[in-house]
Amino acid sequence: MMKRDECLKVLARHRKDEVVAAVWKAAHEWIHISPGDLNYTFVGAMGQGASHALGLALARPDKRIIVLDGDGSLLMNLGCLVTIANIAPRNFIHCLCENGIYETNGGVAIPGAGRVSFSGLAREAGYPRVYEFSFLADWERDLGRILNEDGPIFIDLKVEAGEDYPENFRRLYSIEHREAFRRALKNA
Amino acid sequence: MDQPLSAGEIVREVKRAGVRFVVALPDRLTSEHLLKPLLSNPDFRVVQVCKEDEGLSICSGLYAGGERSLLLIQYTGLLDSMNALSRIGVEGQNPVCMMVGLLGKEPGLPPAQSKRYGLRIVAPILEVMGIEHHLIESPLDVSKIAPAIERAYAHSMPVALFIGREPR
Repeated sequence: MMKRDECLKVLARHRKDEVVAAVWKAAHEWIHISPGDLNYTFVGAMGQGASHALGLALARPDKRIIVLDGDGSLLMNLGCLVTIANIAPRNFIHCLCENGIYETNGGVAIPGAGRVSFSGLAREAGYPRVYEFSFLADWERDLGRILNEDGPIFIDLKVEAGEDYPENFRRLYSIEHREAFRRALKNA
Repeated sequence: MDQPLSAGEIVREVKRAGVRFVVALPDRLTSEHLLKPLLSNPDFRVVQVCKEDEGLSICSGLYAGGERSLLLIQYTGLLDSMNALSRIGVEGQNPVCMMVGLLGKEPGLPPAQSKRYGLRIVAPILEVMGIEHHLIESPLDVSKIAPAIERAYAHSMPVALFIGREPR
């Protein structure tokens, strides 16, 4: 099991000009760990992060799009795995932060925690490349190579909460930040 | 009122509004003459989704990436997507342009007078949400499509275009 923020710090060290769409806890942490205008946090409704990211990936095939999804979120929108695999954007990387709980909503376990295989779901939905990581050293070793592979890629990160980061939902859903994101992406 | 809706004219209006992506979940009213031809139309890229709220989010991501899109769904899917529509569409100020088939609407009868409960409530719900909507049922209505899409993008707000009869 890895600390989520440590996982995200590894991703931040490897990040070049990728767009990162993030949801919930990962989003609160990511905007501190890797701040910048190319962070898309304006998802609005639980479960929808990967679908927003798919739209970004289709609009900008020249940019790599990474989505930092949650397991409770993905359970709300499992069909997106089929949608994404079907249209198969080569620039799409789907990172799942699997902690087995609804962390923001009180820490209750997700249905099927520890039994459901998210990587199995992604593989059977048709993602051509699927990875699982439980150890930070493996993630650190393989991430650079994975980021250069063709997508869609699904990466299941087995995580638990790490350091506390401040929650700021107003920032995550801010229209001003979304417009700054649109301008930055247009010029990127 | 008895003149058929032209699917070709609808597609031309959508294209005139600068839409390049159609995000769709089949609706019996629009599948045969709108969605199926769009799947092979080189002017559009069709993204087939498994659920309507997923489509709403894809349209929002496309907007953030600088592309215009149309969400082609049935009214039942719109009713199923109310949280996404309120949070992502209205509060998130995303110009999600929805073409919504009113399957089962009686020809010539306004949706508010339909015998079907779901058809009667869909427009009033959008009014409460402050979402612009139009009924596209006669050939003259088709000219409303492009301006409505333009307004949605100008004001960053969703719009619904209700298809009241099967386009041919």
